[in-house]
Amino acid sequence: MIARPARPLPAAAWLGIPIATCLLAAVFLATPVRILGLQAPEPVFALVPAFAWALIRPSVWAPAALVVLGLCLDLLWGAPLGLWALCLLAAYGMIFIARGILSGQDFWVLWAWYGAACALAEGLGAVLIGARAGHSPNLLGAGLQWAVSAALFPFAWRLIERYEDADIRFR
Amino acid sequence: MSLRDGPLSDIKPPVAWLTAVALIIAAIVAGVLFIGDRPGLARSGPYVAVRRVADGATAKVGGILAAPVRWIGDGTDDVRGYFLAGAQNRQLRRDLALARTWRDQAVALAAENAQLRALLGAKTDPPLPMVFARTVVDARGPFSNSRLADAGADRQVVEGNPVLGQRGLVGRIVGVDAHASRIMLLTDVQSRTPVLVARTNGRAILTGDGGPNPALAYLRTHDPLKDGDRILTSGDGGVLPRGLPVGVAVKGLDGGWRVALDSDAAPIDFVRILLFKDFSQVAPPADLTPRVLPSTATEPPRAPPDAALAPAPAAPATAPR
Repeated sequence: MIARPARPLPAAAWLGIPIATCLLAAVFLATPVRILGLQAPEPVFALVPAFAWALIRPSVWAPAALVVLGLCLDLLWGAPLGLWALCLLAAYGMIFIARGILSGQDFWVLWAWYGAACALAEGLGAVLIGARAGHSPNLLGAGLQWAVSAALFPFAWRLIERYEDADIRFR
Repeated sequence: MSLRDGPLSDIKPPVAWLTAVALIIAAIVAGVLFIGDRPGLARSGPYVAVRRVADGATAKVGGILAAPVRWIGDGTDDVRGYFLAGAQNRQLRRDLALARTWRDQAVALAAENAQLRALLGAKTDPPLPMVFARTVVDARGPFSNSRLADAGADRQVVEGNPVLGQRGLVGRIVGVDAHASRIMLLTDVQSRTPVLVARTNGRAILTGDGGPNPALAYLRTHDPLKDGDRILTSGDGGVLPRGLPVGVAVKGLDGGWRVALDSDAAPIDFVRILLFKDFSQVAPPADLTPRVLPSTATEPPRAPPDAALAPAPAAPATAPR
């Protein structure tokens, strides 16, 4: 059997493309248009790479990329600067710590963990905004955003499938 | 000689630990940025500059992206309007009959109002200039509710200007670029708006929480609030002009009073930005300042009743100012 050589992942592929895709999707969904009188939901696309990057491989670039992504979301949505960076890092940190037990798990188990990571990010956001504004934000809205964000797991699964085995040093 | 060829080439720090360190550093950076960013109009320094540049760029990209999406939205609205034309026609006939009744009453009330104003000698507020703008980006998450409008400093928009939709108050401007401005909606978690209850003249602070119906906090009114009471801006604090329509009072699921916003009744793709900065526009400060100020001189202190019996005081050591 011939072992595959260890080759580093190109950062542009596994970090750059997801960042660009998430920003484009966020800007596209921020257009103020109602279809049949209904507004489009506002999911946090950046939670997809925050989850997938923690599972694909450890990298010092991933947290930095999440900070950049979070700051871009803050500027786009008019949120306090650093809010979404902290929320994304919390989700990334949770999955990074649990990486050992998550590797090789099937689709549904990972979806459950992805949902938990999204809940942590939304919960932290609610706590930070609540502390800043002096009163609790609408938890129903946070729950709705969690639901539509959690529904994006198939994209995270696709990203993991694409790059999980690309660098065999971190399998 | 590169580092890879040197004696350090065999040293391989564990990547997992380096990632953990990077994660902690990134969290500290994000935390410092979050703590340093002051809310709304209190923002200052580099935060304002960064947001101004970002808002300008986002407005351009959002304007381009919004165009095809808007065409699709208009198309679906046309299709829906075609299928609902019969029901809409019946509804419009009912509304028209009702509107004719209201029109007659409005004409009578306007005449009566004019007579009473003439009797009182009351002056109406001068009309405020306004600019029309189209919103190109809409943030509607639980932690921030804001919009970007395609009118900025080039059209005299400044921070603090109130923004109206087709039906009522939408929010106010919190950031201005050359060609774009950011509107903080009334539903934003950090939004606070002084309002009054039209029926009782009671005061409250409209407090956004990210949901569709902001809460009425610090409610002060003699008569209890009723469902459907009209809520208007109070003008307290000079942040907004008095009397802008906000919505109607509704009882929330939590038992507290909330406001069903007038601006929710229609899309707010197009907005009116009132070029209101403060009340000096309504009445010039020079006119409010009295031209002849009362004298600041005070009377000399009165002598006590037994002063006449006491010996005359010695001359003061220093001359009074």
